[in-house]
Amino acid sequence: MQRTVFRNRYLPYLLVFPQMVVTVLFFFWPALKSLQLSLYRVSPFGDSMTFVGLANFAKLLGDGEYYRSVANSFVFAGGVTILAVGGSLLMAALATQKIRGLSVYRTLILWPYGVAPAVAGIIFLFIFHPTYGILPYVLSFITAYEFNWLLKGWIAMTLVIVSTAWTHLGYNIAFYVAGLLAIPGAVLEAADVDGAGPLRRFASIIFPLVSPITFYLVTLNMVFAFFESFGVIDAVTKGGPGDATMIMVYKLYKDGFIGLNLGSSGAQSVILMALVIGLTMLQFKYAEKKVTYR
Amino acid sequence: MPRPTTMMRSAAWACALLVAAILAPTPALAKTEIQFWHAMTGQLNDATNELVKQFNESQSEYEVKPLRKGTYPETLTAAIAAYRQRQAPHIVQVFEAGTQTMLLSGAVNPVYLLMKEQEVAVDWKDFIAPVAGYYSKDGNLYSMPFNSSTPILYYNRDAFQKAGLDPSKPPQTWKQVEDYSKKIIASGAAKCGFSTGWPSWTMVENMHAWHDQPFATKRNGFDGLDAQLLINKEFGVMHLSRLTEWQKGNIYSYGGRQGTADPKFINGECAMYIQSSALIGGFTRGVKFQWGTGQLPFWGPPYTKATSIIGGATLWVMKGKPANENRGTAKFLKFISEPNQQMWWHVTTGYLAISNTAVKNLEAGYHFKKFPDQYTAFAELTKGKATANSQGIRLGNFVQIRDVVEGEMENIFAGKKTPKQGLDDAVGKSNDILKEFAAANKQ
Repeated sequence: MQRTVFRNRYLPYLLVFPQMVVTVLFFFWPALKSLQLSLYRVSPFGDSMTFVGLANFAKLLGDGEYYRSVANSFVFAGGVTILAVGGSLLMAALATQKIRGLSVYRTLILWPYGVAPAVAGIIFLFIFHPTYGILPYVLSFITAYEFNWLLKGWIAMTLVIVSTAWTHLGYNIAFYVAGLLAIPGAVLEAADVDGAGPLRRFASIIFPLVSPITFYLVTLNMVFAFFESFGVIDAVTKGGPGDATMIMVYKLYKDGFIGLNLGSSGAQSVILMALVIGLTMLQFKYAEKKVTYR
Repeated sequence: MPRPTTMMRSAAWACALLVAAILAPTPALAKTEIQFWHAMTGQLNDATNELVKQFNESQSEYEVKPLRKGTYPETLTAAIAAYRQRQAPHIVQVFEAGTQTMLLSGAVNPVYLLMKEQEVAVDWKDFIAPVAGYYSKDGNLYSMPFNSSTPILYYNRDAFQKAGLDPSKPPQTWKQVEDYSKKIIASGAAKCGFSTGWPSWTMVENMHAWHDQPFATKRNGFDGLDAQLLINKEFGVMHLSRLTEWQKGNIYSYGGRQGTADPKFINGECAMYIQSSALIGGFTRGVKFQWGTGQLPFWGPPYTKATSIIGGATLWVMKGKPANENRGTAKFLKFISEPNQQMWWHVTTGYLAISNTAVKNLEAGYHFKKFPDQYTAFAELTKGKATANSQGIRLGNFVQIRDVVEGEMENIFAGKKTPKQGLDDAVGKSNDILKEFAAANKQ
């Protein structure tokens, strides 16, 4: 790694300044604001604020519905992460083979990342919607089973997991392709000479060598699934049917912006923040030990 | 990582843009501008813009600027955020479920007071009762009714014909809905009997009103914030049980919330559909087969029939604006409530005309003779017996309560809960929401 030396003392600060402004303005300030809101009961128009201590938290922790949204979040984030990271490794492996038209494939594979989550949701809606989607219509000729996720919760959950994972694929693949291309050909050739098959090569050489990328992507995809999956859920299921796809971030939006219960919404965002910080710390503490950096 | 030069360049650009934005000259305005935020989409958005244009061209002092802010909840949220920054629009369209929230917000200028202040004469008695009642407090109208509708039954005349039913006679009772559905499915005229839009509004709120059953205590919440839901009583459980049973054999097919079930009727899958009367306009243009409308089905004795209740939205006036701007707001609201505009609005959009004069003029012009489907909603709202149960529903955080009710309806229809259990849970959760609302609005 090359070490950069700045001659001007102030230049580095100037360079990080814009990023810091964005971070403070759009991350720290709202986080502090939520922390404050979580301790108050606020009237919808914000005219009256009553300090209620930890009552908002107590109410959430005594609410079975809230625990269900936490459980849903884990199922959702787990599903998205496994599918998005696993799927992208597989596709990246395919996209680093020596095949004709490789650059075209690589470009196409990156495309989904350019699609906004809400737009991805709408696309999936047009494909899968039980009343006007094309797929259920085609399936109705093949099978009598109704893929009606307006009533069947598990289908709805599968659908939002798959569509969210799809939007992450391109981003993950870019990282994996770079990682796979960085593996020295000599190492793989040596393994070849030693008689290792493709699977063995993957398990003993490729997987360990891309493990830093895997670690990074797992962490990032998980955080992404917890926080930024709002668009897909809002476009596709709106948390339903019942509360089958009500994940934490959608519930706090619904309670805060539709229900206008800003105190509870603030408390929920504080809990969500704490949870994701905790999970990320756990990952760094335990999973990172298994990661081989070169 | 982007190179520092790129970052510097983009930062420089951002600064330059900011400076440009600050220095940009504001054009001198001859007319007083009135900001009007709404949630009308598609053809309804066009109609709203046209109505505003009519007003702007009718006088030269004021210019109303309509701005679509997204869905109903998004529009309300945007208005609240703007109000907190003291940048509220003059007029904001809020759906009926947000009425109690707006009434207690302390952020609005009640329409009746605005008109009194500005000495704009409005004949309040001319407003049709089911609409005015929903938005009045102590007999005074707080927001100007804009788009009002009520659920009605749409039916596919072609499918009726094919099934050997009289295509001029929609079902009047739920028993008939069941029998007709069976005939229609058996004859292959359609795959399903009927579906519904806005599940809580059509199947719970309106069914209770239509059968003169209370939705909540305290006269559906009109008499106090400490109201509790009553939908888990005998009637609610009976109705939801029947809908659940009817899913077998596709007599009833649930199609999701809001208008997501519309395609089921439009593409001929379901022969009957219970949805807002405001869809008449869209169906007239977009439905390929012959269709008709009927009043909501009725269960018969031991229940007695009252009226249906309205849905839709009204225009609220935000407080804290200068008097000359309020005058423009008052004039615009007066303009849209006049019979000519009301008739135009009704004919163009299918929403109800809200003054008795407008309805009378429509009758005199044989409008309802020519378009009998346009009359169904008026008949439902005005021909029945108006009771405390049918005047409307006024609950705090009603948006959230509706959401809870629809969530539990889905649990019931999916077989995850029995109707009784689901409705009990809906009532329990809703009562918590009401308690929270009462606590937040305690003065």
